[in-house]
Amino acid sequence: MSLFTISGSPHVHSDNSTKKLMYNVIYAMIPAILISVYFFGMDAARVILISVIASLLFEYLIQKYLIKGPATITDGSAIITGVLLAFNVPSDLPTIIVVIGAFVAIAIGKMSFGGLGKNIFNPALVGRVFLLISFPVQMTRWPIPKPLFAQGLTDAITGPTPLGALKEELKKGDTVQQIMDNGVTFIENGKQVVYHIPSYMDSLLGDMGGSLGEISAIAILIGAIYMLLKKVITWEIPTAYIGSVIIFSGILWMVDPAHYVNPLFHLLTGGLMLGAFFMATDMVTSPMSPKGQLIFGLGAGILTVLIRIFGAYPEGVSFAILIMNAFVPLIDLGFKPKRFGEIVKK
Amino acid sequence: MLKTFKLGGIHPAENKLSKDSPIEILPVPKRVAVPVGQHLGAPAVPLVKKGDTVKVGQLIAKSGGFISANVHSPVSGKVFKLDNVIDASGYRRQAVIIDVEGDEWEDSIDRSTEIKKEIILDRKSIINRLNEMGIVGLGGATFPSHVKLMVPDGKKAEVLIINGVECEPYLTSDHRLMLERGEEVLIGTKILMKGLGVNKAMVGIENNRPDAIKLMTELAKDYEGISVYGLIVKYPQGAEKQLIKALIDREVPSGKLPIEVGAVVNNAGTAFAVYEAVQKNKPLIERVVTLTGKSVKKPSNFQVRIGTPVADLVEAAGGLPEDTGKVIGGGPMMGKALYSLDVPVVKGTSGILIMPDEESHREEVGNCIRCGKCITVCPMGLEPWLLEKVVMHEDFERAEKERIMDCIECGSCHYTCPANRELLDYLRLGKGTVGKIMRTRKK
Repeated sequence: MSLFTISGSPHVHSDNSTKKLMYNVIYAMIPAILISVYFFGMDAARVILISVIASLLFEYLIQKYLIKGPATITDGSAIITGVLLAFNVPSDLPTIIVVIGAFVAIAIGKMSFGGLGKNIFNPALVGRVFLLISFPVQMTRWPIPKPLFAQGLTDAITGPTPLGALKEELKKGDTVQQIMDNGVTFIENGKQVVYHIPSYMDSLLGDMGGSLGEISAIAILIGAIYMLLKKVITWEIPTAYIGSVIIFSGILWMVDPAHYVNPLFHLLTGGLMLGAFFMATDMVTSPMSPKGQLIFGLGAGILTVLIRIFGAYPEGVSFAILIMNAFVPLIDLGFKPKRFGEIVKK
Repeated sequence: MLKTFKLGGIHPAENKLSKDSPIEILPVPKRVAVPVGQHLGAPAVPLVKKGDTVKVGQLIAKSGGFISANVHSPVSGKVFKLDNVIDASGYRRQAVIIDVEGDEWEDSIDRSTEIKKEIILDRKSIINRLNEMGIVGLGGATFPSHVKLMVPDGKKAEVLIINGVECEPYLTSDHRLMLERGEEVLIGTKILMKGLGVNKAMVGIENNRPDAIKLMTELAKDYEGISVYGLIVKYPQGAEKQLIKALIDREVPSGKLPIEVGAVVNNAGTAFAVYEAVQKNKPLIERVVTLTGKSVKKPSNFQVRIGTPVADLVEAAGGLPEDTGKVIGGGPMMGKALYSLDVPVVKGTSGILIMPDEESHREEVGNCIRCGKCITVCPMGLEPWLLEKVVMHEDFERAEKERIMDCIECGSCHYTCPANRELLDYLRLGKGTVGKIMRTRKK
C-alpha cells in the first residue's frame, strides 16, 4: 500500500510569494531608474549598481557567517533596499560612501533585527539618514540634471534642490513670489550662478536637482500604478500621506502665500512622491490594517510638512517616515481590523 | 443584484471537474465500516453485536445524547465485528463492520421513485422523524438536523437558509443534486420550514452554476415562500455566518449561533435527506460523494452507501492515478488528508479529492513580511499573523482576547500568505488550547 502525504488544510495555495511581491516592486522602480540615467547619465547607473551589489553582498555575508541561515539574497528584498538607497542620494556620490550607506542599510537597518520582515525601520532610509548626517557635504551637493542627448546647457555642475533653494531664500526674507520670479543667486567656483526654480512641468518630468530617484513624479507614478494593479501596495498610505501634505501645506499657503509655497510645489519637488509610494508603503515597516495605514500616512504627511517648513533640513520625507516607522507597533495595537459579528456598544 | 458577504474572502481556482457528471449509483460494497460517531456531539451507542444479521435501514446504534444522532445499517448482512477505524473525516472511531449479504431493505422504507409533495407530518413529528432517521448536516459539520429545528426559548426563527453554495473548489455533489433532484430538495426545504415554523426560505447558489440557479428558480415558483438567490463567487461563502451575511445582511455575533439573528442554515444535500426521511421513511444511509482530481480518469459524482471504502469510489472513477500524492476527504480548502484508501465514507463526506504528488507538498516557509494580506482575506476580521505569533509564544490569554475562537478555519489566510506561513496550523493549535482553557473556567 502506498502511503499518502498527510498535512493540515488548506491543501492548495495561491500563487502569491514573497519573491513575486519583491520583484514586482523592482519592476515598478524601472521607470524611475531610466529617468535617473537619462538626466544624470552613467553616474546614476554607477550609484545604483554599486548600491545594489553592495547590499546583496552584505546581506549574503551576514546571513552566511553571522546568522548562519539559508541564503536569502534571491528573495529580491536586498535589491529593493539597494535601489531605494541609490534613489535617495545625489548621483555624484563617491563609490565608497555608497558602499558605506549600503552597509548601514543592510547590516544595521535590516540584518541586525533578524533579516527580512523583522526590521522596524525602512533599511534604505536608515542608510540614507546615516549618510546625510555623516557626510553632509557630499550628501547635499546636487548635480544639475543634464539630459543624455543635450549638450552644454549650463555652466554649473551642481546646484540646489528646489526645496533647498526656497528654504534658504525664505530665510533671507524674500517672498515666495520673488524667489519664483528671480531665481536664486549663488557662487560656484568663484562665478555667480543664477538658479531658477524649475517649472511644474520640469519637476513633473524630472528636470530638477535632487536625489537621483526622486526627481520625476511621472516615473514614480507609473511605478505606483503598476504596484497598485499588482496589489503590492494598497491605496491607503500614499493617499493619506500625499493628502495630508496637500491639506496641511495648503492651509499654511492660504494663510500666508508670501511665505509659504503652494501645495503643488510640495507635491512635485523633493522626495515626497518617492517616499509616499515606495518607502512609506514598505509592508514590513508600515501598519497592517487599513485604518492603521491611514493614520500612518497622515502622521508622515504632517511630519514632512513640519520638517520642510520649520525644521533644519529642507526635506523631511526620510525623517517623517522613519519617525512613523517607530509608531507602527503602537498603531497596530490601537487600530484593529473590523471584526465580524462584533457587538457594537450602543 | 447578486449578493455576497463583505469582509475578506478569496477566489481559489474552481476546478469543478465533475460538474457535468450525472450522479451514478455505486454498487453495494462487499463490506462496510459504519462509525457510530459520524456527527457532531456524543457518539451513538451500538445496538448490535458480532454475528447479528441486519437489514438495510435497521437501527444499529442509538443516539447517545441530546446532541447526537442515530446510525442505521446501510447494507444487509452479518455484523463481522465492532472495531476502531479511521474514517474519511480523519478521526478514529468505533465502527460496526458489516459483511454484505444481498440487499434486503426494511419494509417500512418507501423505495419508489415517485415524488411525494404533500407534507402530512406536523412540526413535532417532523423533528422526531429527523431524530429517528439519523439526519445530520451533510455540508461537513454534521450537526444533528433535529436539534437545529428546536429553537431555544426566547429566540425566534425568521428565515430558513438553504446552502447550495458549495464554495470548496472541486466539489460538485450539491450542484448535481440540485440539478437532478431539485424538486426533492425543495420539498425537503418546505419540510424544514414547517419543522422550524417559518414561512420564508432562501436558497443561495453561487453564480458559477447558472444551470442550477435557473432550474431551482424555475422549480421554486411552485413552492410558496422559497426564493433562490445567485451569489458572487467567493470563498468561504458556504460558511454559515458568511452565507447569512450575504443573504440577509446580518452578522451573527461572536460566539453565538445563527438563531441569534433569526436564521437557521441547512445544506441542500441535507434538505434532500430530510425529504427522504420524512416522505419516504428512509434513514440516512446513502449520500452523494464527488470523486475528483486533476489526474482522475473520470471525475464523478456517486450515490454511495455510508461505510463504503473510499477505494471502491476510486476504482469506479478509473482507478488511482499513478502520480497521486495526497487523498483528501472533503475539498482542498478544509478537507482532511487521508492516510489510506481503506477509510469508509461517512455522513459528512461530500467529496474525495485526489491530488497529484507535485501539488501535495507545502512550499518552504519564509519570514512574515507583514504584508497584511491575511488580514485582508480573513472573513472574520481577525489578524492571523498576530494569532500565529501569540500562539507560538503560548500566550493563550492574548489569543483569546484577539478572538481566536471566532476563526472558522476556512484557510484563506494560509492560502494567501506569500511567505507560505502555516497560519491555520497555529490557529487550530491555539483554538484547541483556548477552548480547553475556556471549558475549565466554566466548571
